[in-house]
Amino acid sequence: MTAHSLTLGRMLRFGLLSLGALLFLAPYIFMISTAGKAQSEIFSSSLSLIPEQWSFAENFTKALSRVSMPTLLMNGVIVCALIFLVQVVVAIPCAYAMAKLKFRAARIMMVLVMLGLLVPIHATALPLYVAFDRLSVLNSYTALVAPFSISVFAIFLFLQFFRAIPDDLIHAARLDGMSEAGIVARVIVPNAWPAITAFAIFSVVAHWNDLFWPLVVVSNQDFATPPLGLLYFRAAEAGDDYGALMAATLIITLPLVAAFLVAQKRFVEGITMTGLKG
Amino acid sequence: MSILALRGITKSYAGNSILKGVRLEAGDGEFIALVGPSGCGKSTLLRIVAGLDHADNGEIVIGGRNVSSLAAADRNIAMVFQSYALYPHLTAGQNIAVPLAMRRLTAVQRFPFIGNFLPGQRRIRADIQRQVREMASSLKIDHLLDRKPGQMSGGQRQRVALARAMVRRPSVFLMDEPLSNLDANLRVHARGEIVELHRRAGVPTLYVTHDQSEALSMADRVAVMIGGTLLQLAPPQDIYEDPSHIEVARFLGQPRINVLETRLDASGLVRFGALTLAAESAPPAETPVLIGIRPEFVRLSARPDGILSARIERTEFLGSEVIIHARLDAIGETIVARMTPAEAGGLSVGMPVSVEIEPDRAMLFAPAGERLPAKTVAVASVPEKAYG
Amino acid sequence: MASIAADMPIAPADRREARIAWILAAPAITLLFLFILLPTLAVIILGFTDFELGYGGFRFVGFENYAELIGDRTFRRSLWNTAIYTAIVTPVSIVLALAIALLIEAETRARAFFRTVYFLPVASLLVAMATVWQFLFHPTIGPINTFLGYLGISGPNWLGASGTVLYGLSIIGIWQSVGFNMVLFLAGLTAIPRELYAAAEVDGARSWFDRFRLVTWPMLGPTTLFVTTISIINSVKVFETVKTLTEGGPNKASEVLLFTIYQEGFVYLRVGYASAMTVVFLAILVVLMFLQYRVLDRKVHYA
Ligand SMILES: Nc1ncnc2c1ncn2[C@@H]1O[C@H](COP(=O)(O)OP(=O)(O)OP(=O)(O)O)[C@@H](O)[C@H]1O
Ligand SMILES: [Mg+2]
Repeated sequence: MTAHSLTLGRMLRFGLLSLGALLFLAPYIFMISTAGKAQSEIFSSSLSLIPEQWSFAENFTKALSRVSMPTLLMNGVIVCALIFLVQVVVAIPCAYAMAKLKFRAARIMMVLVMLGLLVPIHATALPLYVAFDRLSVLNSYTALVAPFSISVFAIFLFLQFFRAIPDDLIHAARLDGMSEAGIVARVIVPNAWPAITAFAIFSVVAHWNDLFWPLVVVSNQDFATPPLGLLYFRAAEAGDDYGALMAATLIITLPLVAAFLVAQKRFVEGITMTGLKG
Repeated sequence: MSILALRGITKSYAGNSILKGVRLEAGDGEFIALVGPSGCGKSTLLRIVAGLDHADNGEIVIGGRNVSSLAAADRNIAMVFQSYALYPHLTAGQNIAVPLAMRRLTAVQRFPFIGNFLPGQRRIRADIQRQVREMASSLKIDHLLDRKPGQMSGGQRQRVALARAMVRRPSVFLMDEPLSNLDANLRVHARGEIVELHRRAGVPTLYVTHDQSEALSMADRVAVMIGGTLLQLAPPQDIYEDPSHIEVARFLGQPRINVLETRLDASGLVRFGALTLAAESAPPAETPVLIGIRPEFVRLSARPDGILSARIERTEFLGSEVIIHARLDAIGETIVARMTPAEAGGLSVGMPVSVEIEPDRAMLFAPAGERLPAKTVAVASVPEKAYG
Repeated sequence: MASIAADMPIAPADRREARIAWILAAPAITLLFLFILLPTLAVIILGFTDFELGYGGFRFVGFENYAELIGDRTFRRSLWNTAIYTAIVTPVSIVLALAIALLIEAETRARAFFRTVYFLPVASLLVAMATVWQFLFHPTIGPINTFLGYLGISGPNWLGASGTVLYGLSIIGIWQSVGFNMVLFLAGLTAIPRELYAAAEVDGARSWFDRFRLVTWPMLGPTTLFVTTISIINSVKVFETVKTLTEGGPNKASEVLLFTIYQEGFVYLRVGYASAMTVVFLAILVVLMFLQYRVLDRKVHYA
């Protein structure tokens, strides 16, 4: 191991990483560049990245006029927030009961949770769709949120986390006269923040990106989530107006990417912690 | 004949100087214990000797050959780690075989699957197996060979780690706190074993420990390192009785040495109670100096003679001895005495006592810490002024 | 004296605790039944019926749906395509992710930057990025073929030709999942004790490859198994890109399992038949999970 080969190896490594990074970033680069090009320039199929004639304004106007972007983003935020809130409110008390209270159903619950982990939404979608159709709740926030109100993965994750909280902490709280609900709210939740943030990231990323379920239950633009809205936009955009398409893509991708760039450490930690499931 | 020599090793991390020119020579078959407070650079020094880290300056010579620029694998050094660092996916037997396989089989022969079909490797593998079994039986771990580290106790893992280090006859043996993860009983037992193994292997050994009783009881020579500097390297008895630096004196000995601050008087003498010391290479008069007296050379007695009086603050009964803390009336500092239960018989907390110091055993240090050669001038019993 | 303990009445305090536990768990249990267990059961039952949405009644037809599945060219095509897609995406994204994780772990400069870049696709809306890829893959104006044109290669009609469409989708799938796997590998790498590498070096592991074989690879065992399972499951669940870009075409060359189920169930509304497909899909997931837990798990945990 001489100093020379060391630097050569390091240069090679750095070069490989940089090349890979460039390839991984390429779609973003072309997205931004194309969103600023006029239709004619896009069809000239050159590799130049800087638009000859800046058409950002044009393309963004088109993107915003065809489909109501604010509605889409709003729907995305509402649906993700509702799903996350309900999931946490339902899962935390249950995980607490399973982890820290003596009750005979805990073992069976564990089995149910493990079974539940196996069943993705794609498997339960048909009967749920039929039922929602019968109840006429298709095309509503209820339809978008309800199936995800129970997250067995949340129960699983919080269960692991709560088991590590010392029993003495809970005993002390009981001696201080707190009720079990009070313990959950004032002792468990404040101690479970790392798990809650991790789960928040997991849940929001999953549901912000989900296309399958919204596609099944929503056929009305008013309730479209961002992925679905983009699908409508593509359908409305006959022909290859890639400039407007890239502008729309950019608008829709930006919120989550921005959130990721701001809190990337949390994102990576969250994904690592919840990586137990995809 | 010197087998391992370190010459002026320096190392710094991010501008912090961790090792400041360490030099050390270990003779053939010598066992050197390296002690020092946490963070003083012991592990760093060991890693540099092993080749896991590179020194900024200085050289490492093994058997007359400068190995400073060699990789760890080429230095023929064995090392036992604090956490043992056994490969968790391999059985004890496979763990012990790793250093042999790495050296005796070629990269192709070691290659999974393909390697098994190459000529010659079968004989080498059989030979490795034989050596592993020999090593295991000499450490009495034959029955563990098929177990994985996860299925062994701490003591068993420690033996497997030793076996892995010894099996290939290294030219230098390094151990970084190998006993610190064992319980007290096992630790004392393992000391004897390591010394015995070392004697059989007969190679220079550098043994890092936190535990001074380990160092004093096992080593041929003890090296005390403080703040990245090797302050003293001497046989256990010498280093205990004749420390060259106040920090060495402070570090070794339980309870700690008494250190009292005083100053040289106009005639270049140090007086302390009945004690009068003359510094040989006298620093200028009126400069401050430190007197060090080990607790076993301090005697407290109930009959006050008025020379150096104190009051007992606390006693600790330890079975074969009693540790007594007393506060000196004159200067308000605490002095610690170690006495037999018989001697300490009549003493109790709050009692006024007189303090006697064995004059020949007092040591004089400069304020910066170096030892000042001094000799006891006279044992005066001048009661006028207790403190100079 | 177990019998005495068993005969004793349950202490009132314990009964109270159990009651509170039930109350706390009740919402979760109810929803679990309502949205997971019942629908799963319903899918299995529907698989034995000829139920079609829009027509009132239905009757049980036994295994007729399954018999039809065996002969269904579209379904067989879709299973095969899903298998091919999985067989490409899983190994490539795992090997790439491991390589990138190792490079990043060894690199001292710009680590956070590289990690961010490779992870970015995971945080991006897949439907949106699929649209971008469609542009990149465009046969005439797409940058990929333009670039290939500079090299004198005339690029294929990536997503428009039945011979290449699965490869195009696989490239998108790989691009999208590498970052996720990489982050898991990075976590696995940091968890390897440094002392093991030191021990390996002292033991004579001279080359990078020796240390990788002796320490890194075995110590990453649980992570690798885990990443493999997740990657396979996610590949089997491929849907977004197909729905957005190809609708199964051209000529059913990109029909995949979930897309076929979606078409049958929600477009043609043949719920009974689609349910039978779903049962096959579920069975595949169960087998994969079973393989992970029972067969492989033991080989990679060393405790
Ligand atoms: N890789 C490193 N980077 C920066 N600083 C380091 C590194 N390794 C060690 N140090 C610093 O060097 C000093 C000496 O560390 P070292 O591990 O050698 O101490 P030690 O004497 O072995 O302590 P202990 O008895 O606690 O094991 C410490 O202050 C440590 O923080
Ligand atoms: Mg250390």
